[in-house]
Amino acid sequence: MYKIAVIGDYDSIYGFATLGIDTFPIHDENEAKTKLKELTGGLYKIIYITESLASKLTEEIEKYEEQITPAIILIPGISDNTGEGINRVKQSVEKAVGSDILFGNQ
Amino acid sequence: MASTQVTPTRMELTRLKKKLVTARKGHKLLKDKRDELMRQFLELVRSNMDLRRGVEEGIKRANRNFVMAKASMDEATLNTALMSPKQEIQLEVEEKNVMSVNIPVFNTKTRTQDENDIYSYGFAFTSSDLDGAVKSLSQVLKDMLKLAEVEKACQLMASEIEKTRRRVNALEHVIIPQTQESIKYITMKLDENERSSQVRLMKVKDMMLEDAHKYSERA
Repeated sequence: MYKIAVIGDYDSIYGFATLGIDTFPIHDENEAKTKLKELTGGLYKIIYITESLASKLTEEIEKYEEQITPAIILIPGISDNTGEGINRVKQSVEKAVGSDILFGNQ
Repeated sequence: MASTQVTPTRMELTRLKKKLVTARKGHKLLKDKRDELMRQFLELVRSNMDLRRGVEEGIKRANRNFVMAKASMDEATLNTALMSPKQEIQLEVEEKNVMSVNIPVFNTKTRTQDENDIYSYGFAFTSSDLDGAVKSLSQVLKDMLKLAEVEKACQLMASEIEKTRRRVNALEHVIIPQTQESIKYITMKLDENERSSQVRLMKVKDMMLEDAHKYSERA
């Protein structure tokens, strides 16, 4: 039986705890790296991560892109949203089609 | 050119012809696979985008509500209220095979069926803003799970399409033309050998006839 995790800054994620998702507040980059490694190696198959934190962990996240699990999904936080979540969808279109023919002008 | 390195023998020719047939068959199959993957991917990625927009909007709204809630309560009360969640989500992962790509299927079970169990606190000390915030977040949960599934599938399919497309292109633009070139080269070389031995035989025949009948002396 697996679980779902949310990592990011405390203010962005504390609400998820009420839904039964495990929350892991993160303060700095290095802590985030170790935490992500720990979570992906364990029980967690879906990991939501705030965009602001994800922008510092691009390499780590891309590593998991070609594996079936865990699914690392970007969500907007309270502040510093980069729009990376939408970008990533566009990127996968670009990867598959060769150029972004669907959402290029949006 | 690679064709200069082939040994012009009949055995090699048969081998290359077989290779060409296989390459053509493989090319056709891979091309079909690519087209079908692409069709499914485009469908999936559209729903991915819609879901993502919805989820992001929902989470942003919930975050605003949480900020409001936090403003009207002191932090200690808020932390206590959210400290021990009643609800727990359990996740089951299955795999589904779509055109030889394994994609995950997430099934979730909550510990209790009652949807009101998201409120992990008594209502006496918390503001009603918090109730609204929690409620608004719980509404996006379903879409968030769906998003995780769809987005992962999109990523996996995108990389599979990329791989397949490379293979198709390699076959179409490199392997098949090269094999054809080699086959042509061998056929021409063999024909050339055939002609040269034919000419040699005719020449030898002439010489033998000359020896036997002495045509040049008679004239």
